[in-house]
Amino acid sequence: MALRERKARVGAIPEGGMADIAFLLLVFFLVTTTIDMDKGLGIILPAEGQELEINKKNILNCLISSSGSVLLGGEPVAIKDIHRRVKEEIRQNDKLIISVKAHEKSQYNVYVEVLDQLKMANATRVSIAETE
Amino acid sequence: MKFKRKSNIESKISTSSMPDIIFMLLIFFMVTTVLREYSGLPISLPKAERIEKLESKRHTAHIWVSKDGLISIEDKLFKSDAVRHVMYEKRASDPQLTVSLKADLAARMDVISSIHNELRKADALRLNYSTKVKEPSQ
Repeated sequence: MALRERKARVGAIPEGGMADIAFLLLVFFLVTTTIDMDKGLGIILPAEGQELEINKKNILNCLISSSGSVLLGGEPVAIKDIHRRVKEEIRQNDKLIISVKAHEKSQYNVYVEVLDQLKMANATRVSIAETE
Repeated sequence: MKFKRKSNIESKISTSSMPDIIFMLLIFFMVTTVLREYSGLPISLPKAERIEKLESKRHTAHIWVSKDGLISIEDKLFKSDAVRHVMYEKRASDPQLTVSLKADLAARMDVISSIHNELRKADALRLNYSTKVKEPSQ
């Protein structure tokens, strides 16, 4: 009985395709990761118990009503005009603090638009009052 | 006249280390990308012009507010007076924390205001109203 001679098998993983596989994985991760940086209006809230008394003439009240109209210093004003008005007021009084007060039924996007306008006017002293 | 024999050294870029390079790139991208952790609530963000980018995703906590006044943090719903406990813990573990408020444009201001108060009580004072980009009007 003649035994068949065993073939010597060499077990080697072909390395040629390795680069392709790694590239494929790389492209997959590049495509699936969403780089959605969060953007938005940044503010810094005052710390608890830091309420200050402020001279009334240094305060400009900005009221947002439930219907979405804005009163600036007691006068109704269109939202897109706020930055011009506030810029003027700040030029006259650089200590001016703008106090934004929103009605509790008013909508958030009006509030964001108002804050955006204040940023446009470079108003750094903005106080956010509690809703009424 | 004798010519010098051409050397038969092959000039090829060795490709044997290519997988290593690519794997290194792959691992770099895997480490640096932060995946979105929470799905949040379905909202449509308001738009603003003067926006700024959040500095780092790692130091950001998100609060979602839907137009019905639901508040969601880490995909759990909270009542407005329970926000302070969650945020206090987050703030204690990360002093550089910025809170990103993702509120629906039709959300009511009383919810937003109560979140302001809660954040002040939790001493998480850096707040960012998440918005979309609006094209400048001028």
